[in-house]
Amino acid sequence: MSADDIIRLEHGSGGALSRDLVEAVIHPALRSEAYPELTDSSPLEPGSDLLLTTDGYVVDPPFFPGGDIGRLSVLGTCNDLAVCGARPFSLSLAITVEEGFPVERFRAVLESAAAAARETGTRIVTGDTKVVPRGKGGGIFVTSAGVGKRVFPHRLSPAMVRAGDRILVSGPLGAHGITILAARESLPVGGTLKSDAAFLFPVASSLFPLGESLRFMRDATRGGISAVLNEAVQGAAWGIDVEEEAFPVSAEVRAVSDLLGLNPLEIANEGVLVAFVASESAGQALRAVQSQALGKQARLVGRVTEDHPGSIIMITKIGGKRRLDFPRGLLLPRIC
Amino acid sequence: MCLATPMRIDRLLDGKRAVVSQGTVTVQVDVSLLPDPKPGDHVIVHAGFAIEVLTPEEAEERISLFRKMAELTGDA
Amino acid sequence: MNGDRKLAQELVAGIARAAAEIGRPVKLMEVCGTHTVELRRQGIHSLLPDGISLISGPGCPVCVTPSGYVDNALALAESGRAVIATFGDMLKVPGSSRRSLSGLSGRGVVKMVYSPSELIRIAKESSLPVVFLAVGFETTIPTVVSALLDARDAGIRNLFLYTAFKVVPPALRLLLSGPDHGIDGFILPGHVSVIIGPEAYQFLEGPDGRPGVITGFESLDMLLGILLLVRQIQRHERKVENAYPRAVKPGGNPRARAVIEKSLEPRDDAWRGIGVIPGGGLGLRFELADMDAEKRFDIPPARDVEAPGCLCSLVIAGKAVPPQCPLFGRVCTPDDPVGPCMVSSEGTCAAYFRYSRQ
Repeated sequence: MSADDIIRLEHGSGGALSRDLVEAVIHPALRSEAYPELTDSSPLEPGSDLLLTTDGYVVDPPFFPGGDIGRLSVLGTCNDLAVCGARPFSLSLAITVEEGFPVERFRAVLESAAAAARETGTRIVTGDTKVVPRGKGGGIFVTSAGVGKRVFPHRLSPAMVRAGDRILVSGPLGAHGITILAARESLPVGGTLKSDAAFLFPVASSLFPLGESLRFMRDATRGGISAVLNEAVQGAAWGIDVEEEAFPVSAEVRAVSDLLGLNPLEIANEGVLVAFVASESAGQALRAVQSQALGKQARLVGRVTEDHPGSIIMITKIGGKRRLDFPRGLLLPRIC
Repeated sequence: MCLATPMRIDRLLDGKRAVVSQGTVTVQVDVSLLPDPKPGDHVIVHAGFAIEVLTPEEAEERISLFRKMAELTGDA
Repeated sequence: MNGDRKLAQELVAGIARAAAEIGRPVKLMEVCGTHTVELRRQGIHSLLPDGISLISGPGCPVCVTPSGYVDNALALAESGRAVIATFGDMLKVPGSSRRSLSGLSGRGVVKMVYSPSELIRIAKESSLPVVFLAVGFETTIPTVVSALLDARDAGIRNLFLYTAFKVVPPALRLLLSGPDHGIDGFILPGHVSVIIGPEAYQFLEGPDGRPGVITGFESLDMLLGILLLVRQIQRHERKVENAYPRAVKPGGNPRARAVIEKSLEPRDDAWRGIGVIPGGGLGLRFELADMDAEKRFDIPPARDVEAPGCLCSLVIAGKAVPPQCPLFGRVCTPDDPVGPCMVSSEGTCAAYFRYSRQ
């Protein structure tokens, strides 16, 4: 990245450019000997069993079918801890709100966050509020940080993945992002679209009995399942083969995505987890996740291979092959 | 340039618009480019407009047509 | 194995048999950008026998719009004289300064529409004139014009079109006029054909023509289209066939065609990367001049600036494939596009990069 570069919207969409920003600018500035990797959740200090994570929430509109920014800011942060094998217990909320934002809605955001905290068994223990002049805040932004206690003793990382491992997806894809897009653009689309925002700790912990056969987990947020798989495989000594037909997508999300020219594999989720598991434990993993309320539509979607390291090849519905690339650009409805 | 989705007309609204659906998803589209839109018609939708009525083709008919085409090739 | 997969195998086997009989390499051009993407996305390239290669044509409306068009739209939006309304497809296309309209959407001067039917509401709610970026081929053109006429009938006076409409048949004629075009047959655009009808391609059956098959967009539709084309080539036939009869009817869509003919007239427009194609564009007729943004806002002709090293003009005409371009995948990627073929989600280089690069 050169001195002329500016931050663009695409840097925040969770695709290839987001990854570039992290690798070219963020990691070099922030990593240290003790923390060479800067993962989503990190120990409070080296060797600690307490993990810390943080996330910013800028969703527009702040209220949408299935949730709101308050709920998201609690669930998303808790989920980041859950997929790192930790049970979340304390959260902070820093809210930036634009002058003119109705107090009633501000209250609704906080009450929603509090309800989500009760749901997840966590407490919001501290916070901050800032007000910015009208025109500079986009309504309301929330940053939450969370601390959790590691309860899964083994390392969870793409570094643990090896050829032969299988890939599990816990539920139907694309519901959150497509709901937000439809709400934001006021698309004349009716139906029962709603965000899938949910607490993933029960699903994650159902996999803990796998022990070292559980290699790595991620929640599939912006950029969708495609971003998670591409980030995991980038620079790896292994590749991924997936089957297009195996990815669970609801008929409703499929229909709206088709109408808008979008791909459910690239659309954000807030209640879906991806796990890499040893092949001999794949059946056990699937049964464990399917026994959870959120995991009933879980599927095994692919496997890790020695072939084509660093890239993902997808078998299409008609048995053809093509690459599954990082999502690129902004999620915008297309007519072409 | 040609993204269009098959949908079914549920009901007509005023002169120009109709509600179309695919499963539980409904959308309002402009049907003024069709001569005689009716509920039950299957249409293709592009940029919020129904641009044509789809002639129903029996699925088996289509499949056997494909088969025949595949077999015939090679008989020059 | 699912039913589609089995059928696909049978169709592929039929294509392979025909290709073997033909005994020399065959080059088929898919004209439409949506076909370019779908052929790769469905994995059809990976299934075709070696003797059949697919080359992409210029049917990507965003790709063939000059970069100066975006510059002009940016200037208009930033001048405060008008609000720009556009399909999502144009929002992230960079102009010559590498900036795109999406950078302005926070300021309320650029509005994205999913359908032209939203333009009436946008115009009513705007105190400023609204200029719609009217980019598209024959599938889209009647939807835009229909909305424009509705606005006019509703007494709306602040809606304008900045037209960059393109039409397919003149582009095909141009491609065939080149001496060594190397094209053995055309996969014709299914949804453009819904509007213009199979008759519009009659000239393909003439002396310098080539076989053409009107093809749909599902995987099996596309395999069938390719099969029919190679069969024609094998039999030395030169016909226009309709392999998408459930949507494409004789005469096309007469209402849509009437809407186009009533309001628009042919123009000799420049296609980015190709140059001027006589009759290759459509502009507003005299009777609608008061809704023409170019006249109302004195918009200068859209300049086209090609970057050094960019091979798009060859790629768009089917004479080069993306990996042959020195910029492809290094300097020019979907996130940082240089030329038009990479800019659009339907561009040849974008599709190759996303679905097929090694």
